[in-house]
Amino acid sequence: MSDEQQVRAQVRAWLEANWDKNATLVGWRNQLADSGWGVPHWPEQWYGRGLPVALNTAIEEEFAAVGAVGVAKVGIRMLAAATLLEHGSDDHKKRFLRRILTGEDNWCQLFSEPGSGSDLAGATTRADFDGERWVVNGQKVWTTSAHHAEWGLVLARTDWDLPKHQGLSFFVIDMHQAGIEVQPLRQMNGHASFNQVFFTDATIAPENLLGKPGDGWKIAMTTLAHERRGADALRRWGRDSGLAGPIYDEERAEIATVIEPYKWYPQRAGRVDLAMPRASDTGRIQDPALRQDLARLLMLSQAAEWTAQRARAAQEQGKPQGPEGSLGKLASSRVARAASLVHTGISGADSMLSGADSPLDGVIAEILVSVPATSIAGGTDEIQRNIISERVLGMEREPRMDGGPFRDVPKNAGRSR
Amino acid sequence: MQFILTDEQTQFRDAVQRFLRDKSPTTEVRRLMETEEGFDRQVWEQMCGDLGLAGIHIPEAYGGLGFGMVELGIVMEEMGQALYCSPYFASAVLAANVILLGADERHRELLLPGIAAGTRIATLAVTEPDGRWDEGGITLTARPAADGFTLDGTKKFVLDGCIANTVIVAARLAAGGIALLLVDGDAEGLTRRSLNTLDDTRKLAELNFSGVQATLLGPPTEASAALARGGDLSTIALANEMVGGAQALLDSAVDYAQMRMQFGRLIGSFQSIKHKCAEMLLDVELAKSAAYYAAEAAAEDDPELPALASLSKALASEVYMATAAECIQIHGGIGFTWDQDTHLWFKRAKSSEVFLGDANFHRERYIQCLEATA
Repeated sequence: MSDEQQVRAQVRAWLEANWDKNATLVGWRNQLADSGWGVPHWPEQWYGRGLPVALNTAIEEEFAAVGAVGVAKVGIRMLAAATLLEHGSDDHKKRFLRRILTGEDNWCQLFSEPGSGSDLAGATTRADFDGERWVVNGQKVWTTSAHHAEWGLVLARTDWDLPKHQGLSFFVIDMHQAGIEVQPLRQMNGHASFNQVFFTDATIAPENLLGKPGDGWKIAMTTLAHERRGADALRRWGRDSGLAGPIYDEERAEIATVIEPYKWYPQRAGRVDLAMPRASDTGRIQDPALRQDLARLLMLSQAAEWTAQRARAAQEQGKPQGPEGSLGKLASSRVARAASLVHTGISGADSMLSGADSPLDGVIAEILVSVPATSIAGGTDEIQRNIISERVLGMEREPRMDGGPFRDVPKNAGRSR
Repeated sequence: MQFILTDEQTQFRDAVQRFLRDKSPTTEVRRLMETEEGFDRQVWEQMCGDLGLAGIHIPEAYGGLGFGMVELGIVMEEMGQALYCSPYFASAVLAANVILLGADERHRELLLPGIAAGTRIATLAVTEPDGRWDEGGITLTARPAADGFTLDGTKKFVLDGCIANTVIVAARLAAGGIALLLVDGDAEGLTRRSLNTLDDTRKLAELNFSGVQATLLGPPTEASAALARGGDLSTIALANEMVGGAQALLDSAVDYAQMRMQFGRLIGSFQSIKHKCAEMLLDVELAKSAAYYAAEAAAEDDPELPALASLSKALASEVYMATAAECIQIHGGIGFTWDQDTHLWFKRAKSSEVFLGDANFHRERYIQCLEATA
């Protein structure tokens, strides 16, 4: 029997003995955490079974076959978990991981600031130790789901005399406190999927520092590496089971809340799937110029998918996840822009309309005003090109102007302290 | 679908690469492109004899090695990277594919072993002076004669048409439809003229047929399908060659940017140059993915072969040419000189861009394929 068959048999037997669709969601997930079947690729010591990630699909299939609910996986929680697994102390893991899996705690990530977007290491939100606890002041932005998070991962400056990458520290912050104010941020497409978060003497207990003071940048890199894989997870875990029963209703409500900020993401990627059917339905496919643009789009999208599959195949053969992620991100920007062009060509004058007057009840309009986010969010195209040229092609770094003590580095107006 | 080469395929690629690095440096490319024949017979014999590359995808029953399109793609990519000058594409790919698909058993036995061994150099003559790559452009006529057929008309853009000793001709039958016919390179009534080419590394000819004796290669009922499928396979092989060339250009651009100093720093440290190179890499990777996927699909007999051939060629055409233009740009003035090597690949990119159909042609064809299956 292959490893996969063995594992399938084991998980099937375990589910047969344990799955109870009348359990409460949290009760069942605690059982999953104890058994290791909720996150089988995690270490045995921490709610997993130490199995290769490659077996997850088979295990998920066994869950789906009997309609068993899994652990909570959507949202920032898995980024938090990955970061804690890699950099957290045993105490951190003990306190946070189980409630991440049960879905009792929601998390958010507090990295970007108004004054440091691409230059994340230029963060000026400060954390000062007053002898008993860390006191936080500053502002974060582009924070998904901050308004229903229990905990936040925060990157803050703890030393202004060190060079900028060395003066940052990484904390877990309690989001339910008076020193934190969360405001929605409205985007050009009308949605408000993100928040601005203001810290005014917010506090962090000393035991909520991850690693040592100064380890912030290194730890944030771990979180970001996992973020780049996040879109895939959203597709897999954001789906409704379609099953009836209280436990499914609980899960459905949870997913609905967590994925609400992401509901325009398919439109942001360009909705390539709609191009050919829309071109046919509208008759615009007869236009030779549109046919060229349409072919360009479909070919590009197809080739980008194959490029991602090549990277995955290389990874499965044991090569670590490398900067190919940046190539994929750059490719998605191209695809999104090409799709926006094609949808405009297909829709013609209707491209001027939005909401119910726009084709497909506003979906086309949402594509046209969401695509610009693709080449910015999660690292701009320009940053991806830097990563690709430096880490894949081995080209020189641009001479930098931000060496020396961070205190002396030029900053955006009104933000130097 | 396999998205990564097996260990054996990787070893094979390394062996081909070593051979071509050794035998086809640009000094050799420059020497051969000035000659009439355009290739080195001794290297050709080693390539066909020692490595068996001309028969890589020809079944063992016909003297080949019996591998498939993936291995052929590997050979083509390496040849494109090294800009190897030889009638390989004309003989082992264009002609051999059509013979495998459209020839009767007798002709396969007659022609393929020689092609695999490299002793017979074949080519395929389809396109005429109007430059159409599809069957609709064929006007050269084949009339029944006492001893087979008589051909009248003109073929143009025939790859290695002057050195081929075997010409496979696509002709229109008086009764309607097309046929594939076999003509000797030195047949009576056949006039061959070498065309002045922009890309000297790939020789083209115009072939005039005036009452030329020809024999049917196989049943005319199968000619059209053989020509179409053979064309798709050869298009995919060409796309693989092109991505190899594009990779060579990218490497050269990056190497130069990493040694050229201006304004007191390497030009490779300017984002204007780095970002160009990052886009070039993405271009090349996308085109490679399409070319590799199409070769895999061909090996697995995918029914969507025509669409995949067009996809791979459209991307390769655009990417190879764009990479060549950017490579010259990054080199600056020296890139426009004869002594610097970039123009050799630039010109190959241009000839490959249009050979077997340019990007516009293949994009239109791709949409037609999608419409047909919708």
